[in-house]
This record gives sequence, structure tokens and C-alpha cells, in this order.
Amino acid sequence: MLLQIAEPGQSAAPHQHKLAAGIDLGTTNSLVATVRSGEAKTLVNSQGRDMLPSVVRYTADSVVVGYAAMAAAVDDAENTIVSVKRLMGKGYNETLALKDKVPYQLIDQQGLVAINTVQGVKNPVEVSAEILATLANTASETLGGELNGVVITVPAYFDDAQRQATKDAAKLAGLNVMRLLNEPTAAALAYGLDSGQEGVIAVYDLGGGTFDISILRLRRGVFEVLATGGDSALGGDDFDHAIVSYLQQQTGEAQLSHQAMRQYLTTARNIKEQLTGSDTVSFSLPVTGSQFSGTLSKAEFEQLIAPLVKKTIRACRQVLRDAGLTSDDIVKVVMVGGSTRVPLVRSEVATFFATEPLTSIDPDKVVAIGAAIQANVLVGNKAEGDTLLLDVIPLSLGLETMGGLTEKIIPRNTVIPVARAQEFTTFKDGQTAMALHVVQGERELVEDCRSLARFELRGIPPLPAGGAHIRVTFQVDADGLLSVTAQEKSTGVQANIQVKPSYGLSDDQVATMLKGSMQYARQDMQLRLLREQQVEAERVLEAVSQALKADAALLSAQELTTINQALTTLASVKQGDDTAAIKAAIEHTNTLTDDFAARRMDKSIRSALTGHNVDEV
Amino acid sequence: MNYFQLFNLPAKFDLDLTELGSRYLKLQKQFHPDQHSSGSERDKLLAVQQTANINDAYHSLKQPLLRAEHLLALRGLKISHEQRSFTDPLFLMQQMELREQLAEIEQSADPDAVIDDIERQLQQQKKQLLQQLATALDSETAEQDHLAADLIRKLKFFFKLQQELELIEQQLQD
Repeated sequence: MLLQIAEPGQSAAPHQHKLAAGIDLGTTNSLVATVRSGEAKTLVNSQGRDMLPSVVRYTADSVVVGYAAMAAAVDDAENTIVSVKRLMGKGYNETLALKDKVPYQLIDQQGLVAINTVQGVKNPVEVSAEILATLANTASETLGGELNGVVITVPAYFDDAQRQATKDAAKLAGLNVMRLLNEPTAAALAYGLDSGQEGVIAVYDLGGGTFDISILRLRRGVFEVLATGGDSALGGDDFDHAIVSYLQQQTGEAQLSHQAMRQYLTTARNIKEQLTGSDTVSFSLPVTGSQFSGTLSKAEFEQLIAPLVKKTIRACRQVLRDAGLTSDDIVKVVMVGGSTRVPLVRSEVATFFATEPLTSIDPDKVVAIGAAIQANVLVGNKAEGDTLLLDVIPLSLGLETMGGLTEKIIPRNTVIPVARAQEFTTFKDGQTAMALHVVQGERELVEDCRSLARFELRGIPPLPAGGAHIRVTFQVDADGLLSVTAQEKSTGVQANIQVKPSYGLSDDQVATMLKGSMQYARQDMQLRLLREQQVEAERVLEAVSQALKADAALLSAQELTTINQALTTLASVKQGDDTAAIKAAIEHTNTLTDDFAARRMDKSIRSALTGHNVDEV
Repeated sequence: MNYFQLFNLPAKFDLDLTELGSRYLKLQKQFHPDQHSSGSERDKLLAVQQTANINDAYHSLKQPLLRAEHLLALRGLKISHEQRSFTDPLFLMQQMELREQLAEIEQSADPDAVIDDIERQLQQQKKQLLQQLATALDSETAEQDHLAADLIRKLKFFFKLQQELELIEQQLQD
């Protein structure tokens, strides 16, 4: 819709119920949920389970996801991928610390991390796509139709590369992502809509592999993220590893085979879970030639994990500072993630925020439920979108300057979408190209930040040194994803930008993967592209018609005729099967209506603020 | 772009922040990309651009220094392009003294008390300068505008000191 504004009580069209789902793509477990009869619920698969372990096993000729994959985790550890979320959007050199902690083989795929399996090299995007496809299948089967759109949650701390990788995985799984939603925001949505809470709340999310702390302000239906922080490499898995180290000390087994490691991890998880209810747990592990038996007390366990829990509390303190608040300002604390069942975590959080945390919604499901609520709104099933999610960028975006220093362009916790422009001049006569290096992070030195992408601007008009002024605009969309455009100011020439993501797949690579994937080998790729353009054409036709209905008065008779002609052409081209022609007709219509859209925008800004005259203030 | 116009508010330094906040949310509710997730690609892009503008405008008007700078820019005076040095020796002396106090916090017997003391001085100075700034901007003469530009530059020093103070406070806590 051409930024169409539905008047209250007057919905755009008699709408049919669309199928939408919220997906919590977790490190350890994943879930899918949807809103049915006004209630958000997680969906169960054919085995009657809603929790899907985020585990993918590759055999020579098949792919198994979930519990069945996990069952093979001990016997076929090298081909069973667990915790793949930790690898999303990462370079090989960044995952070296994980090398000893995962039983599968990490390899360097042109700088990116990938996994060597019996089925060949798989990258994290492909592995995640398998999990997403499995969840989407569960949803389609339960709801009886293809999903119109999904909302996928990501840790608030995820940087651009990690978010992009998640979106790529969804694309590969054939899903239409309406929004990437921060996990804590989703959790707050799940609670906020239920209770109508107002005030500042903290969302403490300790999952399997990530820790997020977010400070949100809820008022009059607006969810405002004030600040986010955390640690993308800290979670319940680390509790398990701490216990494993302890067990190793006890048994004296310094070196563990992949299989033994798996067994130790399973034992560690059991101990952790049992210690939420009892004070002492006994365990038994095989050592060379015999069996080792021992016990671990709650106090000992708490001693083991205390430094990790302290680390989360430090992050809480930091994020409060970022938000300019103290712990007194927090009215509620929402607990998310299975690790928040650990009593020490609950008590430390309660002490720090001086309030008993909320745990009434299952901490494993609360994120998926919130995502489902938002998916239902975005797909258009709710006539009036009462809620507004204002999100912030979790890490500062900067540019490399002379001497390996960074210059911040968009500081962290800036509300998104955001656009910032920066001007550059050429330093040589006749210079026609320029390279920019975009990084994400808070540190002064480029080498301490995350490299996001290198951009090469080409086609700068040749002018004397300092003569060309290039205005580079960095835009971050509502999903937190960056795009860059550049323009030479004096000539208006648009510079071409070649993007080379540092730790991500290029558009071409994603397209190749799409073609190569099992999912689409059977389908006709051409047909898929045609359908996409037809759907887009449909949207454009609908949008412009609605806009004309409401605001034809903003156009001259001549303009109206031209636009109507374009619409007729688009409608007829859409019926055919010429993908390129449909694309061209869409672009033609867009160009013709750009001005109209701008005028409508001005008008709606004015009408949004009517009743507020300058005179009354 | 005139940010005051966007929010349909009078271009004055003395701004009703509550009113600004409620208008900001109104516009956000209408233009946020989430409200257009089933629209065409072009319309989605427009929504992103428009919300980015609204965010930028709100951000600039909310903070007194940025608001003052924007107001001056609308009157044709760009601070960032102005190269003027301070000729106010009293101000420079005061800055140097405050910097010395900051440097001595860690060695002092009661760092918290010193921090509180510096904090008080900074707040007081800021308040005074902001009042002067409001008066200067209200008179809308070229001469007063230049005075306002000077005041903004001075205030920037105080905001910077405030940041450094907070950093020191953090380091002491950690």
C-alpha cells in the first residue's frame, strides 16, 4: 500500500485470515508458535512435541533434524551439528576457541566457518535452514497451508553479519521473513500484551549459547528498547562446560574423545537439571577399565558457575548505565531461557534488580509466543496495529580511518531505522574509485571491532584532488541490517558500490545455494522468480489503486491519466510469463508514482498531527 | 530539512518535550516499516527512509545542544563550519581547573565525595549556560546568534567533562 493509512474502524479490505508463525531459532532448542483464536501457542509436530532440538545430522543420503538427530549425537558426533547458532555469520578465525568444544570438524571456507560432514561441506546458513524448514513444515501441517510470513527471533546482541546469516537461512528454507525480532523484545511482547504492564522492564535472557539483557520501556502500547547488552558467547552451555571441567578433574581424564565428551556433557546437563530441585546429585562415568562414581553438591555447583553468573550481572549494570537508569527504575524483570531455571541465577537477578523476576510463562517458550504475536500483527490479521516496536541498533557502526582507527557513524542504541550520511573527498587528481571499510563494535581500534564489509565506490567522475565530494549514506533498516548508497555531490552521479561482506555470503552465493539446495532442485527456479514478480506486481497494483481511491485529488488530470495507463499495462503484463517485462512494468509504475507517494506522505504527516496546531502550543 | 516543521512545532529553543514525544510516537505509529510489511518493495523502502528521518529529527530536537545547533542552522549559521577560537580566558582557566580535579579523583581519600562535588559544579555551570543560550536564541538577532554559537561550544566542553566523569565513576566501581 502506498503508505496507506487505515483510518480507525475502516480496514483496508475485507481480509481473510493469513497464516503466520513466530520462530524462536535457538542455540539449543527451537520452537514455532502461532496465534489461533486470539491466543498464541507453540505448535507440536507429528510426534507430539513442540520443542525441536537445534540439532542437524547429516548421513550419506539424508538429513535428520531434532530429537532423532540428537539421539545419534553420541554415536555419530562428527556428523551431528549442535549449537550451530554460535557459528552464524562468523569467520573461521573467530571460532577457533570453539574448536575443542564441538565434536564436529570446523573448516575454513574462504574465511568463513563451515563444517565437514559425510555429506560434504555444510555452512551454518545451510544447517540453520534445515531447522527452519522443519519448523515451517510443522506449522504448515498443523495450520493446513503454506505460511504467508514468519517472524524469526535473534539475540539482541547479534551484529549485522549474524542477522544477515539468519535471513539468508530463512531464504534458503523458502520462508518469507517479515521481521527479525530481538528475543527479549519478543519476550516482553508475550508478557506485555497479557498484563498491560507500564514502565521500565528488564529482560534477562540466559539461553543455551547467548546472554542478552535488554531494557525496555512500555507505555501506551509502545515497546521502546532503551538499551541492550549482553554477551553473544555466554550461556547455559558454559555452565555445562564448567561442570565437564569439574568432572574431568574428578575422573582424571584430561583428554576426552569426541564421544566421551558427549557423554560428559549429557551427564553435566543431567546434574544441572537435577540440582534445581535437590541439594546433591550423584553421577557415574566410565574411566579406562572401570567406572567412576562421585557426587556434586548444589553449593559446589554454584561455586563453579558463580563467575559466569557474575558476568551476566556486570552486563546488567552496564546496560542500565547505557539507558541512564538505576536498578530502582526497573519495575519488572522478565526471565527468558532454560538457564534461568537455575536457582542461583534467579536469586542473583532478584538481588541485583531488587525485585522478584517474572517466570509465569515457560521461559523456553516465551520468545516463540512473543514472535507469534508480532507475526500475527505484521501479516495483517489484526486490523489496527496497536503495538509499536521501536528497536535500537545493538552495536555501533563505524568506518576505518587513517591509522587503523574507527570513526563511529551510528552509535549503539540509536533507534532504528536510521540513516546517516558522511562526506568524503578524493585525494588524488582524477581519482575514480574509493574503498571504505565498515566495522561494528565499540572499540577504538579497527582490529578490535568486527569487520562487516568492504565497499568499493566506483564511477566517481574524474576531478582534481579534493574536487569530488562523495556523500555516502548508511542506512539501517528495522531488522538492523545495513545498506549503503553513495552519490557524488556536484555531478549527482550515483557511485556504484561493490559490497564484499567480511563474514557473510554475497547475494550471488546465496542464489547459488538456493539453486543447489534440495528444496529447489525439484522446483523450477524460473517459475519461482516469475511468481515473486507476480506477487510484487499484485502488491503494487493494490497499493496504487488504494492510494488513488484516497488521494486522487493530489494529482493533476494529466498525472492521473499517466498513472492509470501504467496500471493497465502492469495488470496486463502481470498475466503473462515474462519475468523481466513484469519487473520493468513495476519499475515504470514506481517511477511514475514516486512524486505522488511523496505528496501523500506529506499529507499524512500533516493529518497525523492535526488537532495539534502551532498556535495552541 | 526543518525538524520543527516535521513535528508541526514552533521553531523555538524552549520546547515542550512531552508534546514532542507524543507527536514522535504518533508519526512512528503511522510510518514504521512494521505498519507496511505487506506493502510493495518501494513503499517498504519509503517507510524505512521516512522513519529514519523521523528518528533523526526526534533525536536532534530532544537534546538541547543539538536542538540549538539545528535552530542556528535554520537561521543560516552552521557551527560545525565555524572556526573560531575562544577568547574567554576565564572559561579556559575554569576548564583547566576542572580537568585537574578529574585527574586527581583516583588519588583522593574520598573519591565519591570528589565526584559528587565536581558533578554539582558541572550541573550548575550547564544550567547557567543553558539559560543564557535560551535567552540568546530567543532574541533572534545575528549578534545574539553568534553569542549562542559560543555558548554551544562552551556547553560542549561541559558535556564532554560530564562524560569523562561518568567514565571515571564506572572504572572506580568495576
